[in-house]
Order: sequence, then structure tokens, then C-alpha cells
Amino acid sequence: MKLPRWLLGFSFLVYLFLHLPLIVLVVFSFNKSKYGVSWVGFTWDWYRRLAEREDILNGLRASMIVGVVATITSAVFGTLIALAVARHRFRGRTALEAFLYVPLVTPEIVVGISLLILFVLLGFPLGITTITIAHIAFCISFVVVVVLARLQGMDEHLEEAAMTLGADEITTFWKITVPLLWPGIISGSLLAFTMSFDDFVITSFVSGTGSSTLPIVVYGMVRKNIEPSINAISTIILVATSVLIYLADRLGRDRPLKA
Amino acid sequence: MAGVRQRVLGLMHRRAELRAWALLAPGTFWLLLFFLVPILIMFVYSLMPRGVYGGVEPGFTLEHYRRFFNPLYLQILNRTFVWSIAATLICLLMGYPVAYLIAQSGKWKNLLMFLVVLPFWTSFLVRTFAMIFLLRDTGFINTLLLQAGLIRQPIEMLYTPFAVMTGLVYGFLPFMVLPIYASLEKLDVSLLEAAEVLGARPAARFFRVTLPLSLPGVVAGCLLVFIPSLGSFLTSDLLGGAKQVMIGNLIQNQFSAARNWPFGSAASFIVMALVLAAVVVYLRVRDRSMAGPGLR
Repeated sequence: MKLPRWLLGFSFLVYLFLHLPLIVLVVFSFNKSKYGVSWVGFTWDWYRRLAEREDILNGLRASMIVGVVATITSAVFGTLIALAVARHRFRGRTALEAFLYVPLVTPEIVVGISLLILFVLLGFPLGITTITIAHIAFCISFVVVVVLARLQGMDEHLEEAAMTLGADEITTFWKITVPLLWPGIISGSLLAFTMSFDDFVITSFVSGTGSSTLPIVVYGMVRKNIEPSINAISTIILVATSVLIYLADRLGRDRPLKA
Repeated sequence: MAGVRQRVLGLMHRRAELRAWALLAPGTFWLLLFFLVPILIMFVYSLMPRGVYGGVEPGFTLEHYRRFFNPLYLQILNRTFVWSIAATLICLLMGYPVAYLIAQSGKWKNLLMFLVVLPFWTSFLVRTFAMIFLLRDTGFINTLLLQAGLIRQPIEMLYTPFAVMTGLVYGFLPFMVLPIYASLEKLDVSLLEAAEVLGARPAARFFRVTLPLSLPGVVAGCLLVFIPSLGSFLTSDLLGGAKQVMIGNLIQNQFSAARNWPFGSAASFIVMALVLAAVVVYLRVRDRSMAGPGLR
């Protein structure tokens, strides 16, 4: 079908709108000038300066710890829920499925303040533990959605065949279900890690004053000063999340084996 | 070990439902304890008198909901609503043509789709900073215009409604493109051919066949933009400054500087209720369009 010219032109402008801000941001992370936005010359200085900043390194460490713990926990919890929903009949299944989607549409700010209220009410000290608890909570639903999609595309006959051939349920689970489900689990986990690594709003409410993840540190930088170090750290975050999402997409798209 | 294994298997056989609940228990428990219960507590807080140092006092009051009828807060609520709708409409106007192009683009489809999704997966904070970098007085756009001699003074863009609107559209546009693309992709080409054979001109084919059939995607896209706009906090916080407050900023303020937790809880609950109402409307529309005459 032939597409009208204006449509091509218009779409090009929309793509420009989506990408130009990030391209400009990345380009100027290599600019020598400290204040102006005119190009002076190429430099790695802003990246080098990042490595000297204690707060950024600490933030990165906190983000990694929270991200890894939250990802592993939510991957296990989410996969188990997905298995139950896809493979079992139980009372209240429809209601549970609806409930699992609610965290995906709930505004982050609501999640953040309600958790803050809970932790303060329980007298739970705010810090890296509360951040991790919160991240697990908002990551579970993402894992469920991704793994469930994979499970629904999977051939149930393979499991039945294994059992017919004499494997018990536990063996079938580890030898058939898990290997087939693996791309879905990995893809869901990478998604969860990205969500955790990126989160600012929820974290800002439950982090207290002591510990801060990388986005909290970056937010502070964005509010306070304008030096190109922010461009540099943004570029690093940009590249890291893009790679993770690309991997998640690749692994998730793998077609399951057909019998 | 073998004994344990036998016992586990035996238990699994005895009660299929028990097994389902064993799988569900850890994750569901976590979500109940750290998602549902906090929101319920928040609702209870919104009905209690305000404590002196944050927190609440025992008692019952509707004062915090009543306070929303104060013109100051009505204005914030109104602004949030109007901006969210405006952002949704702008996303629709920008997103629909792009989704249409992608659906028609044959072998370029995957690449074009990837290019829409890519910025959407990068950190929201980073994307918001990218907007600041473009829009501020010493930013990219103003510097470019000044150097080109087109303006003498930087145009004030950051901390204006324009900046917030740009930020919202920039942040949520991919949410609009994805579902519209999905519904256009499923569209049965033979229907368009039938319309052409029957003498419909291109415009008529679009408005009477393509557009109605892509409506489920449009509704989904509008919802996916509207919901995060309603609850947005970072965009108005960083791009809007102190003057362009949306309800998300109002909530945040009640939990930091203003120390009025129950009022913040009431505001949160209103946002939550609006979001759930939008979801219910969406599900209604979706079910109706699915139950309608089989144009699929």
C-alpha cells in the first residue's frame, strides 16, 4: 500500500521528538565545556569524575544489592504464581488474576506513601531493607505477566508425555517445565531488575535519610547543579537499561519447543 | 530423602487445590502485606484527625475529603485532570499516525517498533533530565536559537505548563503507539479491499473501516497514557517547578514539608479511585467491543 507523504514526514518528526533529547544528552556528556551547551571539544572527564564521587559509587552499590535481591525474590514468587494461575483450577482464580494486575496500574506515588505509612506504623526503620521489600512488591506483577505469557504459549502435552513415560511431578517440573519456561523467567527477571534499578518515586518514600539508591543520588544532582556529570551518569544508565531490555526482549521472544 | 519425596508427592496428589495454594502463597502473601494492606491503612488514615508531628490521632473525620472543595485544591485537582486529558489527546494525535505507519511498513516493522519502545524503556528520570537539558534557559534549544541570532533573550520554557505537557507526552507516547499498532496489525485487509471494490474512497475507507476497527487499541492507549499522567509526580516536580503543581506533588508535599499525612492519604485515595474508575470504564468498553458484531 502506498503511504501518503505527510504521514511519512509527520512520523519522522515524532521519531525525532522521541530520540533527539536522548541523543543530545549523550553527545554533551563528552563536551569539554562545563556550563555552556556549545560544543568545545571531546573529553572523558565527566565520566572520570563520576568514579571519584563517593555518593554515586555508594548509590550504585545500593542499587545493585536491592536490584539483585528484589529480582531473585520476585522472580521466584512471580513464577510460582504464574504456574498456579496457568496450570491449576482453584476458587477465586479470576479475582486473584484481577488483583495481580492492580499493582501495574497503581500510581507509584500511592504505592510509595502507603508503604511509608505501613513501615512507620510498624516502627520498621527505613533503609535498604524497606527499599528491597517495596521493590519486591512492585516487581512481582511484572514477572507474573511475562512468565504467564510464556506459559500460555507452552505445549502442555510435553508435561503429560513426561508423566506418561513414568516421570513423577517433581522430575517433570525440573526436567520439562523449568527448562521450557527459562526464557520467560529470565526475561521477567531482567524486566524486574530494570524496574528496580530505575525506580525513583517509590524508593524516595521508603529510603529514609541514610541509604540512597542511584536514582535518588541522580535526582539530587538534577535538582542542585547542572554540570555535565549528570549527562555522563545518565548515559551510563541509558546504555545499561537498553542492554538489559534488549536481552529481555531477545530471550522472551524465543519460541518454545513444539512436540 | 526418598521418604520426604514420597510424602511430598503424596500430599500433592491428595489435594490439587492445596498444591495451587502452596504455589500462590509466598507471592500473594507478599502482595497482600506490602501492597493491599498498606493501601487499606492509607484509606483508614484518610478518615482520621491529623497528628501534630505527622501521623494521625485516634478518631473519625471527613475533614480531609471536605478540604478538597477548597478552591486551591480544586484547582490542583482540575489542573491534573485537564493536563492528563490534554496529554492523552496530544499522544493520540501524534501516536495514531505513527502506529498506522508501522502497521503498514512491512519489513521495517520490527525496527520501527523497536525505535518507539527504546526510549520508553530507558529510565524515566534520565528522560526527564533530557527534557530539562533541552528546555532550560541555558539549554540546548535556547543556546541554538541565540547563536543563530533568532532570539536575543532565552525563551522561558522550563517551569511552564508547556514543559510539563511536553514531559508528559514525551514520557507516555509509546504507551499510545503500542496498543493502537496491535489493533491495526490484526485488521483484516480483505475488509479494506471489499470497501474499495464497493467504491469507497481512501478517506472513507479510513474513517468507516480502519478507524472504527482500531478503536479498542485507541481506548487502551488513551487509558495507558491517562493513568500515569494522573499520578505523575516526577514530570511536574522537575519540569513544572513550584507553580505547576499536580496532585502527585500535592501528595508528596503532605508527607514531607506539610506533614499532613491524613490529607495526603485522602488525596492518594482520590487518585487511586480515579485510576480504578478509568480501568473499569476501559474493561466495559473492551467487553462491549468484543461482544459487538463480528467485524474481526
